[in-house]
Amino acid sequence: MFEDLNDLYQQVILDHSRSPRNFKKLDGANRVAHGHNPLCGDRITVYLHLDGDVISDISFEGSGCAISKASASVMTTTLKGKTIAEAQKMFAQFRQLVTTDKPDGEDIGKLAVFAGVHKFPARVKCAILAWHALVSALEGRPCMVTTEENPTAPKS
Amino acid sequence: MSTAKHHHTLDWAAIRADFPILNQKVHGKPLVYLDNAATSQKPLAVMDALRHYYERDNSNVHRGIHELSNRATAGFEAARERTARFLNARAAEEIVFTRGTTESINLVAHSWAGTHLKAGDKILLTEMEHHSNIVPWQLIAERVGAKLLYVPVTGDEGLLDLSRFDKLLKDGVKLFAVTHISNTLGTVNPVADLCRRARERGIVTLVDAAQSAGHCPVDVQTIGCDFLAMSGHKICGPTGIGVLYGRRDRLEEMAPYQGGGEMISHVGFFKTEWNVIPHKFEAGTPDISGAIGLHAAMDYLDKIGRAAIFEHDCELAAYAYERLASLGGIRLFGPKTNHAGLVSFLLDDVHAHDVVTFADRLGVALRGGHHCNQPLMHKLGVESTARASFYFYNTRAEVDRLIEVIGEIRKFFSPKT
Ligand SMILES: Cc1ncc(COP(=O)(O)O)c(C=O)c1O
Repeated sequence: MFEDLNDLYQQVILDHSRSPRNFKKLDGANRVAHGHNPLCGDRITVYLHLDGDVISDISFEGSGCAISKASASVMTTTLKGKTIAEAQKMFAQFRQLVTTDKPDGEDIGKLAVFAGVHKFPARVKCAILAWHALVSALEGRPCMVTTEENPTAPKS
Repeated sequence: MSTAKHHHTLDWAAIRADFPILNQKVHGKPLVYLDNAATSQKPLAVMDALRHYYERDNSNVHRGIHELSNRATAGFEAARERTARFLNARAAEEIVFTRGTTESINLVAHSWAGTHLKAGDKILLTEMEHHSNIVPWQLIAERVGAKLLYVPVTGDEGLLDLSRFDKLLKDGVKLFAVTHISNTLGTVNPVADLCRRARERGIVTLVDAAQSAGHCPVDVQTIGCDFLAMSGHKICGPTGIGVLYGRRDRLEEMAPYQGGGEMISHVGFFKTEWNVIPHKFEAGTPDISGAIGLHAAMDYLDKIGRAAIFEHDCELAAYAYERLASLGGIRLFGPKTNHAGLVSFLLDDVHAHDVVTFADRLGVALRGGHHCNQPLMHKLGVESTARASFYFYNTRAEVDRLIEVIGEIRKFFSPKT
């Protein structure tokens, strides 16, 4: 009955939004970035531990809708152990997936559950929020880094 | 709201038929439009007025001496007189046409506050103001070195905490700006009483009537405000037209807003004399068709009667509030009684954004987000709420549909075991 809605809210997404993985502050993180969607108030903080150019650990915290939470959660499970370059490539693929109905052929594994988002243009920002925070964290953009908490400032 | 005394004389179903847009399906489901606080739909009478104007009378105003220009000017100025009657202003000169509530408030901030406030002066607002009744004051406060103060909101029930109101007023406040009806909480503020208390201390007052002007009787003399701002599009009129009411003496003491044609009486290369009010504040070619459409909207609303509209809206909102409350697992915002025609809520188990997306696919147009009330949201400790806002063409059956849809949403999002 709810064809598009079932595409958008796949069971995997509902599951991740109810019990998000890696949903905590990461002790010993050496990169942090904060994502905020001013339209709906969703806030997500992404924590990274970079070993050279490998994401050796990743987590997130925050509040948001089912899509933004699940996207952050799936992102963390996908990126653990990936290099910065791989993560950046996945972001590009993910963005293409959620904004067009033409994903770029390559298998992107679990991220594919977000294919239904492109039919809901108002929700693309929710899906991408955590990824924006991730990219800021990877680039160590100082303006995006939270200052209150203990993770050390990025070395640029 | 007490009795339903107006209802038997009004045929609400016939009224609904004046809005062709409501008679459609979205995503294959009958449209239930519950986003009236964002903008209202337009009746045929307004579209006919626009069409007539563009088919017969279109021309520029105040400058031509040919027939069409005379007609356009007459239509534009008739709209001003109609607006004066709509708000019970003393004279048409007290009506300035703007783009909407936002521009009306910016105009006062620029042209009154910008020249009458000095460093150390205070502007008193309330915590339930829309961004458009906060940010213009922040800008001007920063420019002149004034300070902002806020009347607190009590909490989820969303009333102004007036216990310290008189004390707040004492403290060097020069201007007090307050919303008549909150677009997030549905609170109806006692603006006449508040403006009286402010005026007694010589404080200039502005009322944001964006949510009230088309929903209940609004009388600037009863309220006793110096300024009142409203938008055409929220009261069945076109987008792009709005109103600033200003007491004559206030408008007279104000600096111009923008420079250009229309607002001058004499221009030299180095010095210019301003036109008289209200034209002093209307630089350039105005939204003529907008004003004419607004005129038709005001006629339309007053034929139904704003008291009857208010009663209808409030009844629907009270019904929605009661049915939502009985669902359980829901947080409701705004006063429990005497709230205007809208209800803000949060389900314990589903985020507002997901509620709104899902409802949309079932044909129900809601609003989700911070409703341009970020500081208030912050105070209430929420990121966003879902909001259903009603108008006179909505029905109890539509409230029932909303409740049914929320049931479906809950079922969909609850874990399958
Ligand atoms: C209370 C209130 N004030 C001001 C505004 C701004 O109105 P406009 O966007 O038409 O200028 C709105 C509209 O949402 C409102 O609800």
